This record gives sequence, C-alpha cells and structure tokens, in this order.
Amino acid sequence: MSTTVSEIITASNVTAGYPDNTVWREASFNINRGEFVSIIGPNGAGKTTLFRLLLGLQHPLGGNIEIFNAPPRRGNPLIGYVPQRHGIDSETNIESLELVRLAFSGKHWGFSLSGRDRKVALGALRAVGSEELAHRSLNALSGGELQRIFLAEALVSSPELLLLDEPLSNLDLKREKDLVQLVNSVVRSRNVTALLIAHDINPLLPFLDKVIFIANGKVATGKPDEVLTSESLTALYGVPVEVLRDSRGNVAIIGIDEHHGDE
Amino acid sequence: MVMNRMTFSINLIADLQEIFRYQFMQHAVEAGTVVAIVAGIVGYFVVLRRSSFAAHALSHIGFAGAAGAVLFAVSPVYGLLLFTGVGGSAMAVLSPRAAHRDVHIGTVLAFMLGLGVLFISLYAGNSTQTYSILFGEILGISSSDVLLTLAAGAVILAAVAIVYRPLLFSSLDEDVAEARGMPTFLLGIVFMLLVAVATSIAVQVVGVLLIFSLMVTPAAIAQQLAKRPQTAMIVSVAIALVATWLGLFVAYYEPYPVSFFITTIVFSFYLLIRFVYRKIKPLRVYRTTFEDTQS
Repeated sequence: MSTTVSEIITASNVTAGYPDNTVWREASFNINRGEFVSIIGPNGAGKTTLFRLLLGLQHPLGGNIEIFNAPPRRGNPLIGYVPQRHGIDSETNIESLELVRLAFSGKHWGFSLSGRDRKVALGALRAVGSEELAHRSLNALSGGELQRIFLAEALVSSPELLLLDEPLSNLDLKREKDLVQLVNSVVRSRNVTALLIAHDINPLLPFLDKVIFIANGKVATGKPDEVLTSESLTALYGVPVEVLRDSRGNVAIIGIDEHHGDE
Repeated sequence: MVMNRMTFSINLIADLQEIFRYQFMQHAVEAGTVVAIVAGIVGYFVVLRRSSFAAHALSHIGFAGAAGAVLFAVSPVYGLLLFTGVGGSAMAVLSPRAAHRDVHIGTVLAFMLGLGVLFISLYAGNSTQTYSILFGEILGISSSDVLLTLAAGAVILAAVAIVYRPLLFSSLDEDVAEARGMPTFLLGIVFMLLVAVATSIAVQVVGVLLIFSLMVTPAAIAQQLAKRPQTAMIVSVAIALVATWLGLFVAYYEPYPVSFFITTIVFSFYLLIRFVYRKIKPLRVYRTTFEDTQS
C-alpha cells in the first residue's frame, strides 16, 4: 500500500488488566508494517492480555491503543488470530479443509453454495505448504501440522496483522524451527506484520525485528539487541538479571541471587 | 383396540401394509421419522460442542416440565418445551463456555428431577403417564402430537439451515470465532434452544431417560465415520432413522417396548463401530495434538 513505514499498532501509556487486578502498566510502543515481533515474558505476565486488547476483547484500563489508526474492535478482518487453545482434540474427526473454509466463510448464514470458500481455503493451505493435508482429519495431524493448519486458518482472510499465541509450545526443535521459518517467510513475502507469543526467544532471534518483553507488570519494547541486555531486563524485572550469550547468539536470561555470599 | 399377536411374513410389502393399517402405527412412524432426522442433525452439534451432558440434563429438566403439565392436565410436550427452553437458555447464559459447567448443570438437573417427583406425587392419577415420559410412548402419539412434532421439526431444521456455518465454526473453534466478531454468545443460546426443542419432541419416542440413544449416540458414531460435517450429519440421521423404523417394525410383532428396541439397535451400531470398524480400518493412527512434542 504505502511505500513509507506505516504504523500498524500504536500504544501510548497503556495499562492493561482488570479493574481489581492490573496486569501491566504504562506501556508505550509502535509496531510497523511488515515487522516480525515476538512477545516474551514469564507465565501470567500478560502476554495474551495484549492480544485481547488488540482484538478488542478487552479494553485498556488507561492510556490509548490504536491499531490501523483506529481503536481496536472485535471482528477486525485485518487481523488473523491463532489462539493458544483450540476446541480441537483427538475426538475432532473433521478434515482440515473444512476448518479453513469455515474460517473464511463461517460468518455467513446458511450453507456455502458457490465453492469459492473451498478455492480460497486451498490457496491458504498451499501458502503454508500443507495442501496435502487438506483432506486429512484434524485429529490425525501432528502438533506441527496442526499449527500450519491454524496458520492457514488465520491467513485465509488475507489479514495484515497476525497474532500468534504460543504456536511453538509443544513442538520439538525441528518443527519449531520449521514453523518459525514459515511465519518469517509469510511476513516477508506478504509484507504482513506478525506478533508471536513465545516462551523461548532463541529460535526466533535470527528473524525478529522487535521484541516486546513483559515482566513484573512492565513492558519493554525495542530491537532484540536493545531489549535483551542485562541493564534493560534488570530495570524491567526490578531485580538483578544477567543476559548471557553463547557463540551462536543464543541468549539465556538468569536472575542473580542478591544475597549470594552474604553468609 | 385389540391387537392379535402377529408374526413376520416373507412378504415385506404385505407386512408394511399390515402395519400401516393402524393409525397409531402411522403416527408412530411419522413422529419417529421427524424425531430421528432432527435428533441426528442437532446431535451432531451436541457431540461437536461436547455438550452431551447438557443435552442429557435438558431432558431431565424437561421431565419436571412434563410432570407439571400432567398435573395441570396439559399435554406433557408443552411442559417439556417450556422447561427445556428456559433451562437451556439459562445454561447458555450462566456459563457461556462449555468447560467446567458440568457441576452446575448436574446440580440444577438433580433439583429439577426432585421437582418432577413432587409433581408426580401431587398428581393423583395413575403412573402410566410418568412411565411414558421417562421411557417414551411412541405408540400413543395423537394426530395433534404428530402435527406439533412436524411443526417443531420444521422450525429446528430451518433454524439449523440458517445458522449452519456460524454455528459450525463457533462449535469447532470458539476462540477464533469470537475474535472474528461472530456472535458466539448468541449462537450458544440458539444452540441450547435447538437442543431444548429437539429434546422435547424426542421424549415422545424414547423418553427422558433414553434421550442419549437418539440425540448423542448416532451423531457420535457418525463423527467416527465421516470427516465432513454434512456427510456425518447424513450418517447420523440414517442411523437414527434405521433404529427408529426397525425398532417400530420389530416392536409391532413383539410385546416389548419400542424404546427398548430403538436403544438396542443404536447400541449395536455403537458396538460395531467402536470395536469392529476401528480394527478393520487400515493402519489408522490416532495421533493427538501433543504426541510429537516429546522428542
């Protein structure tokens, strides 16, 4: 669309949570078109809360958040969402294509008569390299295959922003790497923006434009090299933290015991 | 009406002609057919949404309504419709998410059964009507009941046709449907109302206690067999229809209750699929979502 950098998400002094329970406060950051961003932080820090704000399922307690230059609203077709949990389990004997089709046309009343949704759904499956899974049942897929189907489900409506909630959890190292590369190629080839919640940043690091680190009720945002430093994470956690890097650039975040050597 | 003990003849056509000579059998086949179609289709969504306990509970709530209707000398089906309708909406409103609602539903259903017992004890008449509410009395269906069943069935099928895709998607992937701005809460209420009406008319055939055999088991079998929703619904309806028709046919010649035959036929299908079909199905690997996580 526009050749200049365009802001997809603008947050200024946003406080999130519930009236009696603030999850994090005063976060300010921008996310631009085409950026691949990871959201990391400990369990319960409020990573999914950020998604709920962007999806319009929850309102900020304070501050202002804008997405595509407008307040978030539920049902924004520009967002493709992959939640952490789906209602799909080992009993769900429904073929993948049906799910992706419904993601495209499920909003409409009645039956699908044109067959257009089938075509579009097959296109989305092709885009994630899973065309051959179209007629496989969801309960017969591996975790990695399922995540590809969910990605196709999100992509089928041609969104400009992808919100992926812990797609890497429960995947082994190889499938984790494959999925990260797939998301990255989707981001780069379609110039879409992706926010991906993860608990381990390392498989993502080579591809990320930004990191949103949520911990201790606070949010730090920036390039991975800016955020993942001992200084910035110490400030974020409020206790001494050391960021170690190995020869390949992998990071390990370690809390330092303040009372070490006291006795 | 005095019925002589009949036996099968070799001539099926003649047998059917014989059976349809009786109006009560005509009514039974008509109502049974409508109920089987409706239960097979609504049941598909019940199984997909993991709401079989809610469906089971609704029929028990309906029992209180039916017993109350008998007490006030009204046709039980009106009591069923009222109680299941209110009960179903309440379930959908009070716990919009299916998870963790079993305890609440169970609590309400126990209370409702208690209420039903009270109504029965207040009703001074005989216990035949109670018995037929509990176990079904398809051979006692009046022509006005048939009309009501037909009308209710038509309303349900029309409603399912209208909400088909939104209901299917929100049943399959509720979180995404919600984020997409679909009215998942409203769809939950619509679904419970569909189950309520379907239960109310199905009670005539199999009764409150045996509702599972038409509302859940055929659909559960169908979901094992077919991975496209529309195909699965057709299979589900077919199983319910075969069980109802065959049950009526056999019961015509045997002195035992129709609902016994229907539930037995459905259960035979279940056993067949559960133990035979899975074994002969070539190398079907049931991999769960998380199986390949441990490396």
